Order: sequence, then C-alpha cells, then structure tokens
Amino acid sequence: MPDATQTRDSASSTGPLLDIRNLRIEATVYPPDEPPHDITIVEDVSLQLEKGKVLGLIGESGAGKSTIGLSAMAYGRGGVRITGGEVLVNGRDIRQLNPRGLRHLRGREVCYVAQSAAAAFNPAHRLMDQVVEATLKHGLASRAEAEERARELFGKLGLPDPDNIGQRYPHQVSGGQLQRVMTAMALCSEPDLIVFDEPTTALDVTTQIDVLAAIKDAIRDTGVGALYITHDLAVVAQVSDEIMVLRHGKLVEQGETRQIIEQPQEEYTRQLVSVRKIDHEEKSSGGKAILAAKSITAAYGSSTSDVLKEVSLEVRPGETLAVVGESGSGKSTLARVITGLLPPRRGSIEFDGRKLSKGLEGRSRDDLRELQMIYQMADVAMNPRHTVATIIGRPLEFYFGIRGRERDERVAELLDKIEMGEGFADRYPAELSGGQKQRVCIARALAADPKVIICDEVTSALDPLVAHGILDLLLQLQEEKQVSYLFITHDLATVKAIADSIAVMYQGRLVRYGPKSEVLSPPFDDYTQLLLSSVPEMEVGWLEKAISSRRMESAGN
Amino acid sequence: MAFLRRVPFGAAIGLVITVTMVLAAILAPWVAPYPGSQVLGGVWEPASSQYLLGTDNLGRDLLSRLIYGGRTTIFIASMATALAFILGSVLGFTAAVFGGWVDQVMSRLVDLLMSIPTLIFALVILSVLPSTIPILILVMGILDSTRVYRLSRAVAVDINVMDFVEAAKLRGEGRGWIIFREILPNALSPLVAELGLRFIFAVLFLSALSFLGLGVQPPHADWGGMVRENREGIVFGIAAALIPAGAIAALAISVNLVADWVLRRTTDLKGGRGDA
Repeated sequence: MPDATQTRDSASSTGPLLDIRNLRIEATVYPPDEPPHDITIVEDVSLQLEKGKVLGLIGESGAGKSTIGLSAMAYGRGGVRITGGEVLVNGRDIRQLNPRGLRHLRGREVCYVAQSAAAAFNPAHRLMDQVVEATLKHGLASRAEAEERARELFGKLGLPDPDNIGQRYPHQVSGGQLQRVMTAMALCSEPDLIVFDEPTTALDVTTQIDVLAAIKDAIRDTGVGALYITHDLAVVAQVSDEIMVLRHGKLVEQGETRQIIEQPQEEYTRQLVSVRKIDHEEKSSGGKAILAAKSITAAYGSSTSDVLKEVSLEVRPGETLAVVGESGSGKSTLARVITGLLPPRRGSIEFDGRKLSKGLEGRSRDDLRELQMIYQMADVAMNPRHTVATIIGRPLEFYFGIRGRERDERVAELLDKIEMGEGFADRYPAELSGGQKQRVCIARALAADPKVIICDEVTSALDPLVAHGILDLLLQLQEEKQVSYLFITHDLATVKAIADSIAVMYQGRLVRYGPKSEVLSPPFDDYTQLLLSSVPEMEVGWLEKAISSRRMESAGN
Repeated sequence: MAFLRRVPFGAAIGLVITVTMVLAAILAPWVAPYPGSQVLGGVWEPASSQYLLGTDNLGRDLLSRLIYGGRTTIFIASMATALAFILGSVLGFTAAVFGGWVDQVMSRLVDLLMSIPTLIFALVILSVLPSTIPILILVMGILDSTRVYRLSRAVAVDINVMDFVEAAKLRGEGRGWIIFREILPNALSPLVAELGLRFIFAVLFLSALSFLGLGVQPPHADWGGMVRENREGIVFGIAAALIPAGAIAALAISVNLVADWVLRRTTDLKGGRGDA
C-alpha cells in the first residue's frame, strides 16, 4: 500500500476530489421462508465531485443515498458491503486501503455530519472535546490551535457565545445548535470532503433555515467539497451546485441544480418537483362547530409553567383545521388535552353539542369512538404483535360488536378504502412499509366511524411522494365520509395543501387563527411571517432572499 | 417436517434431552426397570447389566430411582415456576398499568419479601409447615414470583408508555385487554428468557431444600435428595451422587438451550415466520 499522505499531496492538484466509478453495493438479507441471499442496494452509480463544489443526492428512503455517501469513507453500515467499482478520493482508490489507511482517511480527508446530531454526540463529553478529537487524533494541530479554530468555526456558524459554547454538554444546547456544532466538528480538521447526511431533516423549518445558511456559508468560506444527502428537493436546491436523483439504488437523473428544478428530464424527477402541489379548495360552510376548545390552559404534572395558554379554536363538520407551529409550541399538547389524556387546568371542550369530560375516565364510549387519533410514528402506534386484521378489526369489535365473518368483510372493505389489498390482513406491522403502516392507522381510525380525527404530524416521518399519497387519501376520505380533521403539523406545505382553516401557535399561544385564505395573506404578524418565509421553496436563491427578509429570529427549539 | 429441520443444532440437543427426561418422568412406572424405593441388591453396587447405573446407599436401583426422582423434581419445579409466572407477571403488569399507590403498595410488599434471603425464608416456613408437595410448590412459587414481578413490572412500564397502548386507552379498552392483549405479547421475550432460568432455579432450589432434608421426604426420591443420600459414597470413590447431580445439570442446560431458541422466535416481529 502506498503511503497515504504522499498520494494525497501528489494527487490533489489533478483530477476530481471524489470520483466514484460504477459503484456497486450489496447486503445479505434474511427474508422469511427463504434462504438468505444477497440483494443489490446500489447499482452502477458513478459520480464526480470537484473541490469546493456541492453535490446533492436526493431520493426516497431506500434509494441508497446514505449508502453512497458513506461509501466515500469506505464504510458500510450494518453489514452493507461495497462489492464493485472504484471510490477514488484525491486520486487513490480507498477500497484498496487497509484499516490503517482508512483511519488516515476518515476524519481527516473525509468527514461526516449525521442526521441526528443529538444521537451522534456522546452525552458524557463536552462539545469542545468532541469537536477537536479528530484533529488531535490525526496530529493536525495542537490542542490550543484546534480549539482556536473550533471557536472560529462556532462563530462562523452563527452559534451564540462561540467562546464558551464548547464547554457545554450536548444536552445543554438545542437541536439546531447541536447540528451546527456537528458541522463545526466536521470542518475542524480541514477535510477535503464532507458528507452531510440529512443534516436538517430533524429540525423545525424555522431552525432549518438557520442551519442551512450556516452550512452554506461554511462551505463557501472553507472551499471544502460536499455531498449533501436529503429527501427534500427544495432544501438541496439551496445548497448544491449539482443534483443527482436516485431511486432504488440506481441513477435517475443528474444535472445542474437549476436544470433539475426547472427542466427535469425524467418522469420521476418531475414527480418529485411537483410533489407539493395538491389543489384543495378552501371550504367554508360556516356551520356549527363539531369540536370546540374554549380557552384551554394546560400544564404537565404539577408544574406551574403552562404549556398552553388560553387556546380557543373550533373545527367544523367536514372541514380541516390545521394547527401549525414549531416544536415546543404546544401543538401536540393541545391534541392530548382534546383527547382527554391530559386534563386541562382551565377551559372546556365541547363536542357535537355536548360538553366532554376533562379526563379520559369520564368519557362515554361514543365520545371516544367519535374522536379518533392518528399518530406521527405509525410503527409505534400499532402493536407490533397484532396482525393488520386485529388492528383494524378491534375497533369494529369493540365499538360495534361486529365479529367473525362480518368483521373480516368489513376489514377487507377498509383495506380496500386505504388502497391496500386483502392480502395484507394477516401481515404484521413489521412487514409493511412506512406509508402502508400509516394507511393502516388511518383505517383503524376510520373503523370507529368517527366524526373528528386528530392527525398528529401524520406525514412528517414519510417520504414526500408517500406523504403526498397519504394526504390525497385523507382528502378523499373526507369527501366520502364528511369527517373533520384536526391536523397538527409543522410543515406549511402540507397545511397549504389540505387545510380549510389554520391556527398558528407559538410558545403555547394562538397567534393567528382563521380561514386559510385569511391566515395566508398579508398583513402578517412577525411569527407567521417567519414561519411562512422559512418553508423552503423549490427555487434557486430562495435561501438568501428569505434570510434577508426575516423580521424575527426563531425560538431555536 | 419443515419445522423440525429449522431447529438449530443447540436447541435440537436441548429439545431431545428435555423431552426424553419429561417423557421418562411421565411414563416412570412403565420405563423404570424396578420400583423406585425397593431395596434390591447390595449397597453401592457398580453398574451391571442387571442395574444399569448400579445401586445406591441402601441397595436400590439407581436408574429407577433417578427416573422416579425426575418425576418429582420436574413436577414440583414446573408447577412452582408456573405459579411464580402467573402470579408474578399478572401482578407486575397490573402494578405497571395502574401505577400510583397500587404500584407502590405492591412493589414495597415485594421488596419486603425479597429482603429476606429466599433459602432461609423457605427453611423457616418449611420447618413450621409440613413438607408436603402442595406446600413446597406454594412456598417456592410465591418466593420466586417476587423476581418475576420485578421483571414484568419493569418491562410493562416501558411498554405502557408506547403509542399503541395509548391508542388502546383512547379507544376505551379495559385494563384486561391492555394487560393481556397489548402488553403481554410484547413482554413475552424477556419473560420466556426468564422462564428458562426460573425453572432451573426452581430445580436447584428444590434440590437444595431436599439436600438439607426439608424438601421431598423419603422414601420418595428427588434428585437433590438423591445427591444427599449418596454423598458419603464420594469419599469411597463411588460416583452414585454424581449421577443425579449430572441429571440436574443436564436438565438445566437443555431447558435453557430450548428457552433461548424460543426466545429468538418470540423476538421476531414477523410472527415467527422468519428463519431467525
């Protein structure tokens, strides 16, 4: 093996920084009722990245984005193997490197920024120690120099109090800040290439925009090359020079950012670009409210700080009320209060003309049946040891006493409604895809024949195309059954797509509430303006425009 | 049989030994060559074609006695384990689902029971009460259920906060459904692992009691009692005590091999349809 440092110096002047040729990645799977066999995760993907450029990798989950990203460090996650092709970093094939050579590469030439910074940091060490660790291990600088550089990066990335933030522990900073610290960690050893693996996906829109801007500036100032992995085309359009669209481990389309956004060549890319456009006419029946929350004030436990403050809103029959706000704004708490899981401190809830008991115990079976809930994480909202038939069939048994053959028929009907076949009835949740799981949860809610369904971030864990399908389904079911939705989300694109009226929440208060057309038209209050302007748009140069027109900072949760 | 072909090697061995022992115990009157407590020959005769494993300290056939002893040992141990699990898991789940003072009262009572060393506690009780089989089962079962209670409560507390349990509560389900249909299936894996261990502890516990003379009373045999009866032979180089001891060890290992395998099947979220 040639000496790593030598090759690095001799090759850096010529050729691209990263050159992946005909990459092939496989893994062994152990499917039920079959002998274990190999499947191909990534097939024949080639890409080149020049120094100082950013390449966006985009696709749904399972498209092989992260796998390709990690291959730039010759790393296979969870038994994944690189079985073919070449990965050239600074001109040498890193697949040929021995473990020692790889250690030279990782953290020095190529760095990685993980999706969940909260999970990627060691909670027992101070941030500074973790940020400078790679630099020190590789002997690139003395501790004092490395820390100096880290502080400089903290400042550049817009972190508050850059001189001292390194002394904090990971739990003492917010999610958005932690993601920026992680970027600083990647930049600290002055690598040639950084792999960003969905760095903003877990963040609120209002925080995402800060992190995006920070990452973009840092890339520009340091001249580092980057692979930017995400499933959000609007995000990647802001930071990358080129975009590569992947599906099922194969290349769909590659091109300049502007070309991909404005003139996509392939059908699949066109779908991705147009995914946010659902046409939904605002309904305003002006009828009597089916669900009304009246000046709700609530807190957890015996704590004196209220999570909800005097929130009043109404849902009308057959309509959708969207509740928006960043995390910590009290949206989900509102859902818990309405369902009776958290009795409010003050205020009352009226449902279909009658007053609901504050706690769950005091509610009749019909109260419970007519108010259903769909959860954000479909996979923990279903008992993993029940079959789909049991999950959907239980409300039928429980509320209507339907059993045996009749129940099975109704389950089949419901499966049909959510566009899944009868063959799914005896499957377990682990045998379903993310979108299918959420559909089953919708069917479970529908089985109770409810009047109102509370949807708590039902699409935020899903890929855009799948989420689009779920929203379509919800709208279609609303048309059929005249069911109302209380739709909790932080995604304004979703809100625009399905809401009839909107309630904007900020720090436990309702800051804006009314029909969609009114809420979304000026004049805005500061928070609504911030929220609206933070939703990435599929437009090159949107980020700079949005940053310059902001009137207030995000709460930074 | 496709099912049997998939059984891994270790589990297969465990399964064969366990099944053989259980069958021998059930069919003891037909399988054993001699009655268990009849004196047949000389003291500690070596193995011969007449007495396959030799004779014991009183001249009884060791093999027959081993088979009859297995009957007692396995029966008492499995009954005590079953009692411990039914009692422990139901109470543990109940404590977790109810929470609050119900949980507090039950958990502190269990702490109280657990604070006294099990063997000493059992010895005290058995020195007052007669050592009949039902009393042995009851004492062992209740003492063991405290461990099961702790485990099931800990597991259930975690499951109780999952969204699907919340969904069931929102549906208005009763506590019975929540305990037996939502929590129990998901708590099965750790419980099965514990079951294998607990059964073995019960065998060992019973053996210890019998060895100390407070377990199964002569002339009935159980494996622990047999070790005691024959222990003096070791001084003279006679292996009669090691044979029941070996049986205890073999049963312990095989049951755990089977439990491990069952555990892997129950951990599988695809209804045990997969290989794993």
